[in-house]
Amino acid sequence: MIEIHNIHKTFGDKKVLDGVSGIFETGKTNLLLGASGTGKSVLLKCIVGLIKPDIGSVTFDGTYFTNNKLDIRQEIRRKIGMLFQGSALFDSMTVQENVEFPLKMLTPDMSRSERLDRVNFCLTRVGLEGVNRKMPSELSGGMKKRVGIARAIAPNCTYLFCDEPNSGLDPLTAIKIDELIKEITVEYNITTIVVTHDMNSVIEIGDKIMFLYEGKKLWEGTRDDIMDSNVKELNDFIFANRLMRDAKKVEEEEREEHEEKRDTI
Amino acid sequence: MLKHFGKYIMFMGSLVTRSESPRILFNRTIDEAILIGINSIFIVAIVSTFIGAVTCVQISYNLTNAFIPRSTIGFMVREMTILELAPTITSIVLAGKVGSSIASGLGTMQITEQVDALEVMGINSENYLVLPKIIAALLVFPMLVILSMFLSIAGGFVAGTLTNALTAQEYITGIRDAFIPYNIVFALIKSVVFAFLISSISSFRGYNTSGGALEVGSASTAAVTQSVIAVLIADYVCAQLLL
Repeated sequence: MIEIHNIHKTFGDKKVLDGVSGIFETGKTNLLLGASGTGKSVLLKCIVGLIKPDIGSVTFDGTYFTNNKLDIRQEIRRKIGMLFQGSALFDSMTVQENVEFPLKMLTPDMSRSERLDRVNFCLTRVGLEGVNRKMPSELSGGMKKRVGIARAIAPNCTYLFCDEPNSGLDPLTAIKIDELIKEITVEYNITTIVVTHDMNSVIEIGDKIMFLYEGKKLWEGTRDDIMDSNVKELNDFIFANRLMRDAKKVEEEEREEHEEKRDTI
Repeated sequence: MLKHFGKYIMFMGSLVTRSESPRILFNRTIDEAILIGINSIFIVAIVSTFIGAVTCVQISYNLTNAFIPRSTIGFMVREMTILELAPTITSIVLAGKVGSSIASGLGTMQITEQVDALEVMGINSENYLVLPKIIAALLVFPMLVILSMFLSIAGGFVAGTLTNALTAQEYITGIRDAFIPYNIVFALIKSVVFAFLISSISSFRGYNTSGGALEVGSASTAAVTQSVIAVLIADYVCAQLLL
């Protein structure tokens, strides 16, 4: 379980996070939902320690993280797996080396054969086999995300963070990645936090959702409650998402119709 | 300016805190030494050979006094090469090649969140990425400078003898004349200082890149420009202090 308390963050004159608090439960997929620029990614980076909050604290399973001793922070960080928006695979390494990297660095006692077994297990788990020797530049966006997930879970992480795992993916691949995150969360009973602005993800995997608006937490609840919320900003966000989806659907239908007509001609 | 210098000092300090295991650092240093050293041999060889050759031809062109022995050409090529051309020109060439490569490599890692990925794993990214580059540069630059000295003098020999500016015997006599071994030590000390400046300034510029591809390019340009200026200032300071 991860607990955040009164997180504030300001960049220059811009207040990005304004007193965000909440609890992210173990074994559940916790979503940080909101439009672009509402501070979701900054909050995620504050939680993992990549950005230091101006005020506020983060606790991992009862252990205080923010401003704690360096070795304690390091110990917690070694339990963290993270999937970045652009996958952040090391482009000078092969897929195998990417997944093996955290094992090499964090578990020096592990033998090479044990490491390779684990790498193969993780790659199989995310549905990627036979790509060990490929370079990240040879992979598609979806495959990169899968390798990113494999790298995150390789050292048996306790906390999984995903920053917009669906960005840049087609709807089908996005659903597959969402499902994979959900399955891994339940299977390994880990605490997962996913940053997203995609309502599909909310419907697919959102066990617990925190809605951010202009750096503030405006709503928190489950996916079953989200449609009944009386927060105007959240309702507007859901409506805008629905419009986008409908527009996409109409566009797709029109394209299909056009292609059919062309084929008949 | 002072703010940047302060940040640079803090950056240097962060390299040695939270160090990774010696085995990992050793392996990384070897990898970096290959990238910096082996990949730079060709350009250093070309530049050094031609600089030696041009120096020899130009000294020969200017040396019109019949009372000055022709072996002086060899002597002057050696002195210029060892004291200045080999360490400084090699370092300036390497500032362009290695400096831009370090800055753009680290800059790209920074903007594609690869550095963040290391930090999230609990790895000190400065220590893991930058320290091996600096150590490798400190080890490899003196070797490249020695190679440069050798090839520059050899280039002078080939040019001098092919153009009949002097005979092989005269050139060899010249390069052996009044040799001061300390000059080699001086050149190697300079090469170590330049190696540190180039690798650390380039790493600093690359590591602190933010934004996109345009900023990576700017960081790379800034790294080369600032490294070259730092090398020239350090060259003067070393000459003033050590000679």
